[in-house]
Amino acid sequence: MPDTKVKKSRGAVRRSIRKRESPSSKANGKSALGLVFTPKQELFAFREMMLIRRFEEKAGQLYGMGFIGGFCHLYIGQEAVVVGMRMACREDDQTVTTYRDHGHMLACGMDPKGVMAELMGRKGGHSRGKGGSMHMFSIDQHFYGGHGIVGASAPIGTGLAFANKYRDSDQICLTYFGDGAANQGQVYESFNMAKLWNLPVVYVIENNRYGMGTSIERASSTTDLYLRGRSFDIPGEAVDGMDVRAVKAAGNKAAKWVREGNGPYILEMLTYRYRGHSMSDPAKYRSREEVKKMRQEHDPIEQVRIRLIKNGLAQEEDLKAIDSEIRQIVNEAADFAQNDAEPDASELYTNVLVDV
Amino acid sequence: MPTEVLMPALSPTMEEGKLAKWLVSEGDEIAPGDVIAEIETDKATMEIEAVDQGRLGKILIREGTEGVKVNTPIAVLLSDGEEEDGGAMQSGSKAPSAADTLSSIQSQIRKIESARIDAPTDAPTEGPVASGAADMRDPELPIDAEIESLTVREALRDAMAEEMRRDRLVFIMGEEVGEYQGAYKITQGLLDEFGDHRVIDTPITEHGFCGVGVGAALAGLKPIVEFMTWNFGMQAIDQIINSAAKTLYMSGGQMRCPIVFRGPNGPAARVAAQHSQCFSAWYAHIPGLKVVAPYSAADAKGLLKSAIRDPNPVVFLEHEILYGQSFDVPKQDEWLVPIGKARVAREGRDVTIVSFSRAMNYALEAADILAAQGLEAEVIDLRTLRPLDTQTIIKSLQKTNAIVVVEESWPVCSVGSEICAIAARDAFDYLDAPPVLVAGVDVPMPYAANLEALALPTAEQVVAAVKSVCYTDK
Repeated sequence: MPDTKVKKSRGAVRRSIRKRESPSSKANGKSALGLVFTPKQELFAFREMMLIRRFEEKAGQLYGMGFIGGFCHLYIGQEAVVVGMRMACREDDQTVTTYRDHGHMLACGMDPKGVMAELMGRKGGHSRGKGGSMHMFSIDQHFYGGHGIVGASAPIGTGLAFANKYRDSDQICLTYFGDGAANQGQVYESFNMAKLWNLPVVYVIENNRYGMGTSIERASSTTDLYLRGRSFDIPGEAVDGMDVRAVKAAGNKAAKWVREGNGPYILEMLTYRYRGHSMSDPAKYRSREEVKKMRQEHDPIEQVRIRLIKNGLAQEEDLKAIDSEIRQIVNEAADFAQNDAEPDASELYTNVLVDV
Repeated sequence: MPTEVLMPALSPTMEEGKLAKWLVSEGDEIAPGDVIAEIETDKATMEIEAVDQGRLGKILIREGTEGVKVNTPIAVLLSDGEEEDGGAMQSGSKAPSAADTLSSIQSQIRKIESARIDAPTDAPTEGPVASGAADMRDPELPIDAEIESLTVREALRDAMAEEMRRDRLVFIMGEEVGEYQGAYKITQGLLDEFGDHRVIDTPITEHGFCGVGVGAALAGLKPIVEFMTWNFGMQAIDQIINSAAKTLYMSGGQMRCPIVFRGPNGPAARVAAQHSQCFSAWYAHIPGLKVVAPYSAADAKGLLKSAIRDPNPVVFLEHEILYGQSFDVPKQDEWLVPIGKARVAREGRDVTIVSFSRAMNYALEAADILAAQGLEAEVIDLRTLRPLDTQTIIKSLQKTNAIVVVEESWPVCSVGSEICAIAARDAFDYLDAPPVLVAGVDVPMPYAANLEALALPTAEQVVAAVKSVCYTDK
């Protein structure tokens, strides 16, 4: 490799670290503007994010113990994105995402027991043990997966939005994918059709800075992903995805825009995953300091905790009580899953086709 | 020297057309680029431009004439000083070669921008009637039903129109399905009847619109996704296999994907390697899909209606060359052919010939030739490739003790090779000879006419294969 290329690459990494120091800088400091949560909202966000955090920690632990197999992509660090978006939308709005999906399922209201059992391949899992970490669905909670192919959620979410419009429903579809998928061709094919037909879809790009082990600067010719809809005339916005209030505010605006029939909207959530891409990721592509700094200065849950205490909305003991309540829910989910049976061997052949 | 202007072929499969209108008169001076006439095919009206300079000596085919065969002389162009003497061209001895004359003619699609240079092709409105099926009533058609003769093209359109009338959740999306009326005219008239809410022209982005269709199906709609050809469906194969076929299983039975992916599949005519190939084995390999490949118009209609009603993803493989072929079709709204059931198209005792889609033409033609030589072939049209109706095949082998499989696809890991394996495994004790596969040649499809013909199976090859498994050389 020519020396200049190496230098360029190093420069890019340095730039990205600078950016990481402040996720809100690209979002123009919008997170501070008029985004005051009510005490109830603060507590709700704290609880929901905490559930995802503790659930994922437990999943990581169970993976290490061999209870969970295959690929397992943890959402730790990104909790504010999905929780803020759920707070901005209606319960009957659809959600579809890629494979880092445990947080989305919990935020959509799917039972933690069913999610954990699925992670362990048990019969009580949401997919009866046949989907695993990356493939879960819930018609009742309007959660359409859980898709293992990078970029595949984009046209599927666009199709869900198409169905909303076809039926003259005012539901909207939240279509999530990552910064890695943002370079996929089918994403742009979807953008084009979504705008062409003015479909009610919010594209939520979870930019956690790394597509597996490749930083966005090394994979993308332009890194402002909220501008990627420009050639299609789709408005976009960069959001401090570590601040649940900023996410909700941007989500409200996007949802309103989309629900009123103005067509798609893009939200680029500047976020960060603390863990590796998947459980087998040694994470050599970034420094420990980078992760540590992010945890210390931008943690989405810590931000809410500090506000709750500072504003006198809760005492340390109250939050500890919430935490232990959540640990209880997660432990029960883990117990349920560990004690649940594997699917019956006959399940091998069921659900291949719907019987006619 | 006078030049004959010949009836041009406006597409690879066009055989004839209507000379709709002359835009010049005898005696007119003609310059290169002048539009001299309009020609109608069953799909579109096209203009013919002159490339050579000259004077229109004589119009040989009057306007309004239908069924003008390609390469028929339609006018005579005279150079300076030449007179139309009425005799010069009659013998044809002085006529320039067809190639020379065709080079002086250009055609253009009027008012329609050619979105894709390779796309639209034509087939004759009334194609050849299926051999073997023409002279006898299909035993499977209901005895008391009124019968109409329909092309496969019309049968497919009727199937979609009937299902769209029946169920508002059914819609069609694809390239050129609306205003253009279908690249192969399968969706003709649907936009007028159902509107652009349900007949949706898409951009040329197969991966994307296929995924949009899958998403709509997961939401409970019943999309028909048309691929202009299955060659382009390859762009979308991830969404077909990873999203449509697997979601039911991956969701533990919760999430259905009722969708039909359809379009022409298999070797077409003179379009070479990238546009002339059969994908039957690709999709028949995938659990979670149903795969249908009809031959006759009755099956095309009845199976497409069944596919649209099916709660599963169905890959529906049509054939461009069959679109213009006519067959008997029962005249009834509820003409449904079950998916997963083969059809005995012709009964016989000496050998079983198994085939599907256009290759049925070779099989039935071979059966006619063999019958004249005293060998009675039983011809089975698979119709559905997944799930395979192995029982019908085995039952036939118990009677005939010999099998030849005929298909147009490549022979390696094909549907045909699978049938041979099934016959060897499940009917071994009934067989008097090893199964034989007559398939396309294992090369990318060549362009040259002679090479293309060599790459495809023929009825003669089927006849030879039958004789080999019947141990006869008469």
